[in-house]
Amino acid sequence: MDPHRGDESANHPAPTLWPVGFAVGIACIFVGLIVSTIVVAVGAVLTALFGFLWIRDVTKGYQAEPPTAAVEPEPVPSAPPIPADRGGPAMPEPGEGEIIRYPRAKFLEAATLGLGGLIGGVVTAPVLGFTVLPPFIKQGHPDIDVGALDDFAENKFVITTFLLDPKQGEVSRRTAYIRNNGLLDGNPSFTMLSNRCVHLGCPVQINGLPLDNQKKTESRNGVEVDRIPTAAAAGFGCPCHGGQYDKEGNRTAGPPVRALDRYDFLIKNGRVLLRKTYSVSKVEGEGANAKIHRYPLAGPGQHIDGIEAWLYPIQPPGK
Amino acid sequence: MARRKPGRREQILKMMLYPLEWLEERSGLVGAVRYFLFRKVPGDISWGHTLGSASLTAFIVQAVTGVILAFYYKPDPNSAYESIRYITDDLTLGWLIRGMHRWGASVFIILMFLHMGRVFLYGAYKYPRELNWIIGALLLVLGMLEGFFGYLLPWDQTAYWATVVGVNLQATGPFVGPFLGNVLQGGTDLGPDSLARFYSLHMLVLPGAIAGLIGLHLYLVIRLGVTSPPWSPTAAGRPQPGPPPAGRSGLVEPKPRGARLR
Repeated sequence: MDPHRGDESANHPAPTLWPVGFAVGIACIFVGLIVSTIVVAVGAVLTALFGFLWIRDVTKGYQAEPPTAAVEPEPVPSAPPIPADRGGPAMPEPGEGEIIRYPRAKFLEAATLGLGGLIGGVVTAPVLGFTVLPPFIKQGHPDIDVGALDDFAENKFVITTFLLDPKQGEVSRRTAYIRNNGLLDGNPSFTMLSNRCVHLGCPVQINGLPLDNQKKTESRNGVEVDRIPTAAAAGFGCPCHGGQYDKEGNRTAGPPVRALDRYDFLIKNGRVLLRKTYSVSKVEGEGANAKIHRYPLAGPGQHIDGIEAWLYPIQPPGK
Repeated sequence: MARRKPGRREQILKMMLYPLEWLEERSGLVGAVRYFLFRKVPGDISWGHTLGSASLTAFIVQAVTGVILAFYYKPDPNSAYESIRYITDDLTLGWLIRGMHRWGASVFIILMFLHMGRVFLYGAYKYPRELNWIIGALLLVLGMLEGFFGYLLPWDQTAYWATVVGVNLQATGPFVGPFLGNVLQGGTDLGPDSLARFYSLHMLVLPGAIAGLIGLHLYLVIRLGVTSPPWSPTAAGRPQPGPPPAGRSGLVEPKPRGARLR
């Protein structure tokens, strides 16, 4: 027999897919070495199983009695090799009764594309997740202690500034206009307006007289809160595009689309705690007796009632 | 002695050209550059046709000055403003590089608009150059996004509130607007994450995209060629007007149309 051509009889091993599983098993073992022993075990099982199947396939020809050769193979001339552009096909036509072979080239093409796609997907998914998800998760802030009940004189707005997240520093400084409305059914009532203009988010200023000389700075648990009382507040105005609001935060002029946002509040052990923000379409009445049309927080410029609200059916989570 | 001189000159020339030949033999790059720089253009083009190259030059200036500014800029809320002040006031020629980047941004946009106007008025966007118009429009959008993301970086009051307004403006877009706002800012508010995010987009993502699209844009310009003006007799297939009669200066009688460059 020609030693360079091998045995061309029928016990050629058939093409097999088991090596793919075998490789996955090996990969699992390596990943498992880093991640966990369970994965190593799974990898070992896979490797053993597919290794066994592979070996069984490869050695199939040796296990059974080789079929008696019906036709003597044609004598094959040895060297020189035939150039690729001449001569017959490299792979003999499948014989009758033989399963139609899955061409090697096609298999390699599919494997390259498939594995490439798989690797691409495995890499892309977490990257895309990291790109998009953090802005929607773990937003919001803890309750903020803005002072004692007595720090807020009745029916006067107090310009209260505080850090939403002291770790972030000055950039997280926010302002709330807080007014003590006195008692409502025996419970304290507060109006806490966010200074974020509901046109496009500029800082709304008070139309009145800030009494800067009575400014008080209080520091509790490392969180600093400034309080500046005001006199004769007639409402609020935005310096950017001229939006105007009345004392309850209702829009009176300019481009804003709704009333000023408000903070929820909580009175705990005589301290005023400032909580989440919510949006308000309009406020009827005044002070403690005001009827507030409340909605979940929406961004500036976004309608929350009427037909335009249909443009913003879903708000991102975490607001 | 005198005979050997030309030989030596040839030798020196050959020695000097050797690196180019070495490069050409292995890459064909010299021929490609020559093909790009010395290709044929219509005879009746004008200064208006240089606006595209001017835009490209403005982009290169932005890229180079931007890289230098990035040596010193710190995209952190507590030090961004101070680092800009340091660049402008303390660094040698820092004011110049920052000024070039700051004003060059406007120059880039203006030149792109002028280029676009020239292409529009000359009808150079028509078949088969529609795709190049689309790429150009994308380049304009990306250039303006560069402006938007770059505006925040000085981190002063103007930068901060203008960007707050800009982001909230985009957040008022229907349906996806509120989500877009969060993604842009990296959260519900403009904070430290926003600054780093804007910086990354401004100096990595967008310039890369612009450079890639400029490559495509130029490829199409070279493949499709430069257009003649709409009044070009050559392009319209009319006979070439002959040269003005000899003896006349051309100052008294108006020259025939299209004869200006001859």
